[in-house]
Amino acid sequence: MNIWVFAEISGGKLDRTALELVTKARALGEVTAIVLGSSAEAQAGLLGEYGVKKILAQSDKVFEEYLAEPAAEVLGTLVEQHKPDLLLIAATYDGRDVAARLNVRLNSGIITDAAEIQFEGGKLKAVVPAFGATILVDVTLETNTTKLVLVRPKAFAAEKVAGGTPAQVEKISVAIPERAKRARIVENVVQASDGPSLEEASIVVSGGRGLKEAANFELLKQLATQLNAAAGATRAVVDAGWVPYSFQVGQTGKTVKPNVYFAFGISGAIQHTVGMKGAKYIIAINKDADAPIFKFADLGIVGDALKIIPALTEELKKRKH
Amino acid sequence: MNIVVCVKQVPEPTGTNQINPESLRIQRDGIDAVLDPADEFGVEAALQLAEAHPGSTVTVVSMGPANAIEALRRGALARGADVGILITDDALAGSDTLATAKVLAAAIKTVQPDLILCATESTDAYTGMVPGGIAQILNMPLLSFAKKLTVSNGKAIIQRQTAGGYQTVEAVLPVVVTVTGSINTPRYPALKGIMQAKKKPVAQFTASKLGLSADQVGEKGAKEKVVSWTPAETRQAGTIIKDDGTAVEQIVTYLASIKVI
Repeated sequence: MNIWVFAEISGGKLDRTALELVTKARALGEVTAIVLGSSAEAQAGLLGEYGVKKILAQSDKVFEEYLAEPAAEVLGTLVEQHKPDLLLIAATYDGRDVAARLNVRLNSGIITDAAEIQFEGGKLKAVVPAFGATILVDVTLETNTTKLVLVRPKAFAAEKVAGGTPAQVEKISVAIPERAKRARIVENVVQASDGPSLEEASIVVSGGRGLKEAANFELLKQLATQLNAAAGATRAVVDAGWVPYSFQVGQTGKTVKPNVYFAFGISGAIQHTVGMKGAKYIIAINKDADAPIFKFADLGIVGDALKIIPALTEELKKRKH
Repeated sequence: MNIVVCVKQVPEPTGTNQINPESLRIQRDGIDAVLDPADEFGVEAALQLAEAHPGSTVTVVSMGPANAIEALRRGALARGADVGILITDDALAGSDTLATAKVLAAAIKTVQPDLILCATESTDAYTGMVPGGIAQILNMPLLSFAKKLTVSNGKAIIQRQTAGGYQTVEAVLPVVVTVTGSINTPRYPALKGIMQAKKKPVAQFTASKLGLSADQVGEKGAKEKVVSWTPAETRQAGTIIKDDGTAVEQIVTYLASIKVI
């Protein structure tokens, strides 16, 4: 099997999802990573550590200047030329935009949100969690062309190979027509938060509507600092503008798999839980005893998050001294 | 300005979604259906832009069963959208994302829009593949995940949600824009609007009327096939206690038991 991975570059660096996808791709067949961006060729070393033998790299800053279309042009052209068996794309913001265009351009159909991928007797089978991951659906693409699969971030853990060597770089220069340069990125604003990132933190402390108002989110951040945790939020909270979107955990936000996940004032809507159900331990605090989150929390406390958060912060502070 | 909003009727989102054991599709028969709450933001964004650009028309477009006309009227026309288009046809049942994009794009084309608004994804199937598909078919740029949208001098400018913050992105009209829930606060339909909605025109199309052959759409045209499904392994509820003043102690004890502190 010829497995291609769109190894996304974000902020000049290889996105973590690229390493997750190539790790999975290794188990399925021979891996080629497609790297598009001004630092494309520089990714050969890191991808090699994760077992990639070959990359197709197009170094051009056009990929950072315009949304999706330049990348979709290059990927579409390459797939039409080389006809790999499978193209994996991560379900990031940019990945989703590129995949939606390829679905049409290649007239291929697409599997979205895959959490497992395998070939059974040459036939693709992907597992897609549906209805808030309450059921697992086996889906396939009944086509003879390249299969397009959008993969959920964190579905696969990135693993290095022993003695990996830099991938062989094949420079490519697919022509990008002017008409693909339309959605122009005027500025990039990074709203950095302190402490560990949501994706990497071993403890995540999240808040929902139950925190009542934006100012109370500060209490949550103080607790996060005390636990060396990352602070997270539900869609309702980011939509309300209490904290930036970079805090969002859930379907449209980030998928996290920490050791411990605190859910303060979070009812447990499907939109949110799909992003955190992979946590090893879940501790939920909510006033409403019927909140769905209590159905799967390891420790559930029916109580007032606004009282418990500062008290817990104080207690942890004391213990440190 | 000629504004189109794509909307979808979905099973009542607070209910529990089910799979029809025979068709392996989302169970829609006998389930309360509403306009997808995620679409209310697109409708609101369209209405606000129409108010800011007098002479604009807001057309809501939907593909769905015949009764989806109710969601169109109650959810979109009652709020102030001018015209509806419903593509409904038994042959469309079971359409995948590719077929859905083709159908909606064909219907939208008849309107010659300057701006097409969609939710980032639907609440029931959440693939998020349709807006970008429409953009590709209609040869338009896609401005995605917009938490802010302005249109002036023939250009659309958005703030686009990213993993680390946001980007400002612009494109010349016509464009497709997907909007997130933070873009606005949707208005409630007023009684007057609800009454007026009953009389607003809703054009109905079948797939063939849009020039799409039966093998391109519906179950027949779907490339993505559901093979089977299984209930996911569910996490069991652990210890649930009512806070009697010992909540902090309980949490600390628990954290110690799992060796976090």
